[in-house]
Amino acid sequence: MAQSPTTLSVEEVARLAALARIDLTTEELEHFAPQLEVILDSVASVSEVARADVPPTSHALPLTNVFRADEVRESLPVEAVLANAPASEDDRFRVPRILGED
Amino acid sequence: MAEVTTTAELMDYDEAMERFDPVLGLEVHVELNTASKMFCGCSTAFGADPNTQTCPVCLGLPGSLPVVNGTAVESAIRIGLALNCEVATWCRFSRKNYFYPDMPKDYQVSQYDEPICFDGHVDLEVNGDVFRIEIERVHMEEDAGKLVHQGGDTGRIHGADHSLVDYNRAGVPLMEIVTKPIRGLGTRAPEVGRAYMAHLRDLMVALGVSHARMEQGNLRCDANVSLMPKGSDELGTRTETKNVNSLRSVEGALRFEIQRQGALLAEGGRVVQETRHWHEEGWTSPGRSKETAEDYRYFPEPDLVPVAPSREWVEQLRASLPEPPASKRTRLQAEYGFTDLQMRDVLGNAGSLDLIEATVLAGSSAAAARKWWLGELARRANDAGVDLADLTITPQQVAAVQALVDEGSLNDKLARQVIEGVLAGEGEPAQVVADRGLAVVSDEGALSQAVDEAIAANPDVAERIREGKVQAAGALIGAVMKAMRGQADAARVRELILQKLS
Repeated sequence: MAQSPTTLSVEEVARLAALARIDLTTEELEHFAPQLEVILDSVASVSEVARADVPPTSHALPLTNVFRADEVRESLPVEAVLANAPASEDDRFRVPRILGED
Repeated sequence: MAEVTTTAELMDYDEAMERFDPVLGLEVHVELNTASKMFCGCSTAFGADPNTQTCPVCLGLPGSLPVVNGTAVESAIRIGLALNCEVATWCRFSRKNYFYPDMPKDYQVSQYDEPICFDGHVDLEVNGDVFRIEIERVHMEEDAGKLVHQGGDTGRIHGADHSLVDYNRAGVPLMEIVTKPIRGLGTRAPEVGRAYMAHLRDLMVALGVSHARMEQGNLRCDANVSLMPKGSDELGTRTETKNVNSLRSVEGALRFEIQRQGALLAEGGRVVQETRHWHEEGWTSPGRSKETAEDYRYFPEPDLVPVAPSREWVEQLRASLPEPPASKRTRLQAEYGFTDLQMRDVLGNAGSLDLIEATVLAGSSAAAARKWWLGELARRANDAGVDLADLTITPQQVAAVQALVDEGSLNDKLARQVIEGVLAGEGEPAQVVADRGLAVVSDEGALSQAVDEAIAANPDVAERIREGKVQAAGALIGAVMKAMRGQADAARVRELILQKLS
């Protein structure tokens, strides 16, 4: 591999875990950090062939302007909407109290 | 609500203005009035039963695929053009990742560094002075669901033990209009902020792209304010007051933050960068601190292909734009024969020109339309603490009341009672007249008898009128109107009195 290996600190992994709301122990963070480095290095190897003048691809198909007409279609019955909800009340999804935010 | 009022120290507004220059940044969210949502066919109608306007796409169920509502894109471009923006030749949607139950997908589809419209401006006329507001961008996104916090204090998150979510609003097309930092407004800043909001509301109505009903949250403002010490060039730390959704609240929130930050800075304190909540009683309270900068990890939305509006389409949309508000004002003033002073009153009452125009189009004279909207209705809006356009009476109903006045079925006093009835939800003007028995008495016999009785009861007044002192008739008219419980045409009563005593 031409590029020097990426280094990913345990702090950076901890931050990513926090953003993704995944609760990891210090041991787990230390365990995952080197694995994530390998993934980043593998992906980074793309830039060895993609030069600066090649724009990043966000879509595989060369399509633009795919629009639908502004027409109302039938929605799901509320029973179906709530069927998979772990909890519901008054035809609404019931969620735990949200802490630390307003 | 057991909420305490503010304990923040406030600096006198004039003193704050002597010491600091405010810098504003306004982010306005506009809910479009498309029939269906941004990325699916669910209805956007307001007030439906919870979760009855949802489907696999707006619930973010696995395997569902969004498709862009073409009308929403068209509305976004028209809004941008009306704000003198450039329209992107190519742009993408992005995912804004965050965890909060108002979005079932755990991300909001928005636009990040490629907004559909950018680099615009509006020139606002505020009480005779013109202020230019630079527009940074207009971008497309989707609205979030609604949370109700249960247990503890009603509606507030503090003390709540759980929350209930309704996703009917999730996925409703939302446009975000963002200004560049607005400097140099000085003491006029809160007033200009309000005027900008009023301008956007009028513009959305003129474009026909939003219901623009602020009390239903169709138009919501996030108001950023910071203060620079006079003579300094360095931007201060800003606060962002979220979801301010009435014109007077925009002005109030800006004014409050200027006074609060002024007091803090004067004491050598520091403004904390945070979001704040607006309370209708006239103050703001701290919300989430932004010390730990949010990281939304935006990335291009892979499920939606780029939007690349052709120049032909853009020009076609430009040609379809309605008359700009400024030239419309000039034209209507000339058509209606309003004096400059009258026009200033009209423009000082946000939204009233459009309401007057609609009332005239419904058959009323311009003078009568102006009298209703700036008189009785402005007073009632003020008493109720709402904007004129939010009163529950339409221009057509006002014109109908005026038509009843013009044909002599109502006098001014009765007409005001009809207006009151319509505002109270008693139905159309004709219905209110019938139900309340408000029409003026056109029975000449009854009127004539009431006049005779008034003359008999006030012989001295009658004598003076006979001697030619017609101004004394006022006392008799008053007596007749009282006897008829106000339901008589005062002009006709006067005629009868003068006839009988000549």
